[in-house]
Amino acid sequence: MTAPNAKRPVFLTLTRIHFPVMAILSLGHRLSGVLLVLSIPLLAYLFDRSLADARGYAEVVALSRDAGARVGLLLLVWAFAHHVLAGVRFLLIDLDIGVTLRGARASAWAVLAGGVAAMLGAALLLP
Amino acid sequence: MNRRARGLRAWLWQRLSAVYLLAYTLFVAAACAIAPPASYDAWRAWMADPFVGLATALFFGALLLHAWVGMRDVIIDYAGALSLRLALLAVTALVLAGAGLWVLQALYSLHGR
Repeated sequence: MTAPNAKRPVFLTLTRIHFPVMAILSLGHRLSGVLLVLSIPLLAYLFDRSLADARGYAEVVALSRDAGARVGLLLLVWAFAHHVLAGVRFLLIDLDIGVTLRGARASAWAVLAGGVAAMLGAALLLP
Repeated sequence: MNRRARGLRAWLWQRLSAVYLLAYTLFVAAACAIAPPASYDAWRAWMADPFVGLATALFFGALLLHAWVGMRDVIIDYAGALSLRLALLAVTALVLAGAGLWVLQALYSLHGR
């Protein structure tokens, strides 16, 4: 292995990197991904509880209407929407769709707005 | 696949699982938009259906695979010290495997009674 530039950053030092909108989108993709992974054990628990018996099912339904749980749920709605939209954007870029600088910037803004819009929509529409 | 293409394999699995996760999500969203399971019995019957159960088991399999590749990327990027990296990877693997077994057990128990 040769080292053409010994000073190159080996790890990503977040405080020293300038962030264009695509970088914010990408960081949000990672952040939302980690958040969704952390929710997997909770999802497994709720899934098991809701299928176990009628009482467990009623508990899960009641929890989805609890105000505190609703805040967490809306956060997960944002994480999910942002992660999916950003992921689809990355897949399209893999297919050479939207690779121009203008297109990539515009789609990055659209994804950021879409994630927030999904959260606001869920806040308004959830029963 | 040789040693140098290992990263490519993870990259490919990440994308294949992403496509399935999205397809399953759209399937469930469409099913809930048409006829949401409104009671415990309806919910249980829906999940006990072999097609839905298999698709759901596959969903969690793809989810755990996707989560593992993603968490591995994040941990390798930000956790510099090897000991910290290994510890985080081990905890992630354990939690994901545990959640997977939990879900499989929940699905399997629908058919055991």
